[in-house]
Amino acid sequence: MKHHRVLRIAAKLLIPFIMLFGLYVQFHGDFGPGGGFQAGVIFAAAIILYALIFGLENARKVAPTRIVTMLISAGVLLFAGVGVVPMFLGANYLDYSPLGATQQSGQHIGILLVEFGVGITVAATMIAIFFQFAGRGRDE
Amino acid sequence: MTFVLAHLNYWVVVVLMMIGLYIVVSRGNLIKKIVGLNIFQTSVFLLYISLAKVAGGTAPIADERFTVYANPLPHVLILTAIVVGVATTSLGLALVVRIREAYGTIEEDEIDLQDDEE
Amino acid sequence: MIAPHLPALQVVLPLIAAPLCVLTFNGRLAWLLALLVSWAAFAISVALLLQVLAAGEPITYALGGWPPPWGIEYRVDILNVFVLLIVSAIGAVVLLYAYRSVEREIAPDRQHLFYAMYVLCLTGLLGITITGDAFNIFVFLEISSLSTYALIAMGRRRKALTAAFQYLILGTIGATFYLIGIGLLYMVTGTLNLVDLNQRLADVQDARAVLVAFSFVTVGIALKLALFPLHLWLPNAYAFAPSAVSAFIAATATKVSVYVMLRLVYGVFGVDFAFGAEPLGMVLFVPALIAVFAGSLVAIFQINIKRMLAYSSVAQIGYIVLGLSLATQTALLAAVVHLFNHALMKGALFCVLGCIFYRIGSVRIEQMAGIAREMPWTMAGFVVAGLSLIGVPLTAGFISKWYLVQAALEQGYWPLAVAILLAAPLALIYVWRVIEAAYLQPVPAGREPVREAPLVMLIPTWILVLANVYFGIETSLTVENANRAAALLLHGSW
Repeated sequence: MKHHRVLRIAAKLLIPFIMLFGLYVQFHGDFGPGGGFQAGVIFAAAIILYALIFGLENARKVAPTRIVTMLISAGVLLFAGVGVVPMFLGANYLDYSPLGATQQSGQHIGILLVEFGVGITVAATMIAIFFQFAGRGRDE
Repeated sequence: MTFVLAHLNYWVVVVLMMIGLYIVVSRGNLIKKIVGLNIFQTSVFLLYISLAKVAGGTAPIADERFTVYANPLPHVLILTAIVVGVATTSLGLALVVRIREAYGTIEEDEIDLQDDEE
Repeated sequence: MIAPHLPALQVVLPLIAAPLCVLTFNGRLAWLLALLVSWAAFAISVALLLQVLAAGEPITYALGGWPPPWGIEYRVDILNVFVLLIVSAIGAVVLLYAYRSVEREIAPDRQHLFYAMYVLCLTGLLGITITGDAFNIFVFLEISSLSTYALIAMGRRRKALTAAFQYLILGTIGATFYLIGIGLLYMVTGTLNLVDLNQRLADVQDARAVLVAFSFVTVGIALKLALFPLHLWLPNAYAFAPSAVSAFIAATATKVSVYVMLRLVYGVFGVDFAFGAEPLGMVLFVPALIAVFAGSLVAIFQINIKRMLAYSSVAQIGYIVLGLSLATQTALLAAVVHLFNHALMKGALFCVLGCIFYRIGSVRIEQMAGIAREMPWTMAGFVVAGLSLIGVPLTAGFISKWYLVQAALEQGYWPLAVAILLAAPLALIYVWRVIEAAYLQPVPAGREPVREAPLVMLIPTWILVLANVYFGIETSLTVENANRAAALLLHGSW
């Protein structure tokens, strides 16, 4: 897409805002509609748009497959790991209350971390799915 | 007629469900099967979402202006089910891609024909 | 400190191990990690069994500290701890066996992913069994199913792909049916907790939505447990999966689905509703009886021995569902014992076939001719496990059939007892075909001479084979606990 100047410039303008919006949906999930699932998909959409306009090879430089794979696992680990921490603090699995000074702040911290884990995994998974399908039959 | 209108959401659900299931059973094209499966699953999502509706209720976001909210639990359940659906669809499509590479076709009858020759 | 958290750890340990396996990027490391975790899961289920037996009542664990019925509850009673035990045992033993087999059958850059999928599948199966929440069952069902589809697709032949795809379509339909049923139940009762559902359903049994929910759930689970005529996904899935996967899922996946059916029919809808108000007994009895005969008959004509065992699984599931459909103490005892014993038989038999595949690269009967002279220990394992499958005395298979026949006679269904006895020779025929080929026929021309299977594969195989003999003689663990489980299902306590 070397010659489509309008597309390239529009994408360059849009991508930072898509990413910012993804982060907003991620961290505003405490107070309004949002959360890891939605944020992850929006964030991945930025990378996918980049891949569509600037080509798969360039996108793979931005998000190398190995790192994407590691992020998928890291998100799940964060999710499951945050749940395990309360077990050492005398509470049940996934009971985030002991993570903070009060029950409310503990739950708040727990959910924030868990949603972050979800966001990472969802974003990385969406990118991985796109790369897999887009790259199939090209580099083999 | 009022019976139909009063249960409009269920009619939509049932119609979508039957369309989806019919496509899965009747089409030999593997991609179309997955499309049918998606329609079938979507009908169930609609069933859950519509049963969460509370008359006069608003979206379940806490605010002092409102007292009646829709039931958020089915929403959460269906968020999970949608994610499962996405995973199923992408796994299914990935299998179709590999079937195409191995057989050179995505039509079920042609695949069966090749399998029988082995 | 750790004892009260065991129900959560049972599921969480393999769940955490799965992403770690991916992160190793190394087949051997991933295998070690998976092995460690699966044996830990086995140890946990043994500890849970002891806890439950000592407590004499269900152990509950409130996830997130939210008390049931609002939060998700893990509820361990004598029935599901028994299923946990067999699932984690098979998972652990087959993983020990898997290393060499996977080395041969899976590309090196994918082995760590294979083990990640394997422990994820284990997570799903254990989760289905331990949870006390209807929607949570759906989530774990999909975790185990999705990883199973991926595992089957790793088979070496291209037919594995179509088998996985077919399983994906039918499995998703089954799970979605279950989801519809749960949605309707939630609509009527406003709860998802299994115990709470059971109590609230008592007031609304006449509602048409409950009947519809009951039908959807039953059909959905029947698809998952491959009850005739909903078994079409099973033969190819078992036949073309990698050897270790066949052994693992043939022994566990359908058993866990049987458990879900037991739990929902008896524990949620209740025996009076399912067998009194609604004719579930007949609805399950007829297909189960057809499954016993049709599965065995089709098995006799299979050339691919893995496929033969798959059809035999359809027949054996028929026996389990027969017990389930009779709804008496002895019949349920037979169903639960057979659930346990069949896992041992099929685990052992598929492990044997994996050993043969490892050496000769085929499981077709003409290729297996004369193999007993070259692989005597492997084939001896097949003979013993095969006898158990037929139901010869002193093997595990005899125990379960014995109780099933007794259950039929107690009810005065003597034609059923005769039918069960008549089906045994059918199993004898298909097991004998393999034994005859392996022991009595000459080695086919052109097959390279082979050695005995490696010890790391032979030992896990023989653990399962000897378990078949052990549980055929010493039945206190299986029969006593199954008896308690049957009492729990019928009367709500043991």
